[in-house]
Amino acid sequence: MEWVNSIVQGVLLGGLYALFAAGLSLIFGVMRLVNIAHGDLIVLAAYLGLTTTIALGVHPLASLMIVVPAMAAIGYVLQRGVLNRTLGDDILPPLLVTFGLSVIIQNGLLEVYTADSQKMNAGAIETASLEVAGGISLGVLPLIMFATAVAVIAGLQLVFYRTALGRAFRATSDNQDIAQLMGLNKAHVFGLAMALSLAVVGIAGVFLGIRTSFDPAIGPGRLIFGFEAVIIGGLGNLWGTLAGGIILGVSQNIGAQIHPGWQTLAGHLAFLFVLAVRPRGLFPRIEG
Amino acid sequence: MTKSAASNRPTRRAFLTGVSATLAAPAIMRHTRAYAQNPVVKVGHVSPRTGPLAGFAEADEHVLGAIEAIFADGLENNGKSYGVEIISKDSQSNPNRAAEVAADLILGEEVDIIVAASTPDTTNPVADQAEVNEVPCITTDCPWQPYFFGRAGDPAVGFDYTYHFFWGLEDVIAAFLDLWDHPGVSKAIGGIFPNDADGNAWGDPELGLPKPLAGAGFTLTDPGRYQPLNDDFTSQISAFKQAECEIVTGNMIPPDFATFWSQCAQQGFNPKIVTIGKALLFPSVIESLGDRGDGLTTEIWWTPNHPFSSSLTGESSKALADGYVAATGRPWTQPIGFKHALFEVTADVIRRAADLDDPAAILDAIRTTDIQTIVGGVNWAAGPVKNVTKTPLVAGQWQKTGDGFDLVVTSNAPAPEIAIGGELKLL
Repeated sequence: MEWVNSIVQGVLLGGLYALFAAGLSLIFGVMRLVNIAHGDLIVLAAYLGLTTTIALGVHPLASLMIVVPAMAAIGYVLQRGVLNRTLGDDILPPLLVTFGLSVIIQNGLLEVYTADSQKMNAGAIETASLEVAGGISLGVLPLIMFATAVAVIAGLQLVFYRTALGRAFRATSDNQDIAQLMGLNKAHVFGLAMALSLAVVGIAGVFLGIRTSFDPAIGPGRLIFGFEAVIIGGLGNLWGTLAGGIILGVSQNIGAQIHPGWQTLAGHLAFLFVLAVRPRGLFPRIEG
Repeated sequence: MTKSAASNRPTRRAFLTGVSATLAAPAIMRHTRAYAQNPVVKVGHVSPRTGPLAGFAEADEHVLGAIEAIFADGLENNGKSYGVEIISKDSQSNPNRAAEVAADLILGEEVDIIVAASTPDTTNPVADQAEVNEVPCITTDCPWQPYFFGRAGDPAVGFDYTYHFFWGLEDVIAAFLDLWDHPGVSKAIGGIFPNDADGNAWGDPELGLPKPLAGAGFTLTDPGRYQPLNDDFTSQISAFKQAECEIVTGNMIPPDFATFWSQCAQQGFNPKIVTIGKALLFPSVIESLGDRGDGLTTEIWWTPNHPFSSSLTGESSKALADGYVAATGRPWTQPIGFKHALFEVTADVIRRAADLDDPAAILDAIRTTDIQTIVGGVNWAAGPVKNVTKTPLVAGQWQKTGDGFDLVVTSNAPAPEIAIGGELKLL
């Protein structure tokens, strides 16, 4: 029964990883941009959520109403103001710029919010749980997070394959120059993609802030599992990212059940195994 | 591009620089300290101002400001007044960076004494640099085992240039055993230790918690070391549930503890005492946990109620903490006392050194230190090993008082001179 419990909790953990990774997967799919500052942006969103909760006295989940649009706006401005200038044939400049951005965000947050550990208090929901058969209890908060991750990915999938915006994303992703010829403004499309990505980051950040405590330096540590989830699932495939997150979460928890020292290692081993067997990930969408 | 032959000959600029340096040499050399009108002692200071450990150094600006004001009049040494220049560098919470800035202070700034504080990640690299470059070094705010054994110290030999004052694991163990000695709690303990310098030291079967716990009749359930910044503690929680643990102890970072503590509630595990090192030191962490922070227990190195006062200013522990609270509007933290004490010891050494130009004389002064600081007595003749001396340690509980939390000393068997502030309440 312990094993079943471990695996179930691992699946829920996978939802968290998928939420962290969805934004990464999205912008990589559209513009092949690897955003090193992704983890720090999640922390930035958590701080925005915290500020909103304190300033307006609202429940952390209600702060999403403000954090998500705010992050989307930051994303659009960031893309058009900074990142668009770095995109080109060379993949190095965007990497370096997002790396610099990561340092700037961390130190900016440290200046404004100090190094204090912060956490958002969501009240009873944090510790509430549902008793399932056989002594397995599932936390309400992890369940909400998992459901949100599924909903976010379903939503993104819908945008990508059922809307004009999604068509623009896919067209630009396939061939930037021809998309330009067809009357799409590449800079604007990329701006919207980053806005969408950071909107997801906003959700991830608020959930991170409710789930555990955070400080300005914690971002990069949250990044690695996001990257692994994207790569396990296959580059550019959103459902794949969810699958990747779950595979990562479950293998970590199985590892932990054997010995806690194996927890992180088991996740990395699963990642390496997938990379060795299917270098493009399990369900790749992007060729070449 | 090949190097032209011309570049090997001295250029006009190089020639002039060389000549003027030679001419100026006597003028510059007259400014060695012994002959100067206002001789200055340089003290290098390394602490983690930014990065994950920044909480430990958050009071630095305030404490150093006060210290510099005291040093402004100079310190008396052998009848002569010496100015003191403190050069502070940020380790960015990174041991490599700490070593780099320490080397910079020693070789670039040519400091006479180097001091450092806060966790093995700062004290160890700085002390190692000082040892290699033969500069006297004083450190604090890191249990002595990770400091001493973490640097491969041999108790029989010790180090030549580096000295440390703080408490050790044996003190934590004694303080915790005293804290857990409560009639309402069974003797089953769950141990949760990360795979880092502190976690490995605490969980070490020989030198850490397991042996003394067994000696005192406790049964320890230790599932094994986990990687810090963990997202899921299901396996530990189910192991603790199975062993019916009523006490949980360990050494965690704040985000790991927050994850663990909410998962405990979600998965129906409710221990009666939770005593965690490191994560529960700072009031900001407890406040961020809300009501779930009430009643958690931790080790206590220093509080405003400690019966000690500063050898530099004569102010009491309470006055020092109140000064910080009034100046910054933030709650007091434990490192404040130790940062102040670090400069108390430094000032004492500067006053007593037979010859401030001679590192050996400074070392002699460190070795013969015997002062009462704001954190207790510092005297390296009385340490557990050469280079280490210990300050008193007790344990206590975060208790909710009105809007905020108060850190209350609830057990003091290892250091009875520190008064008890209240009763331990079970969770």
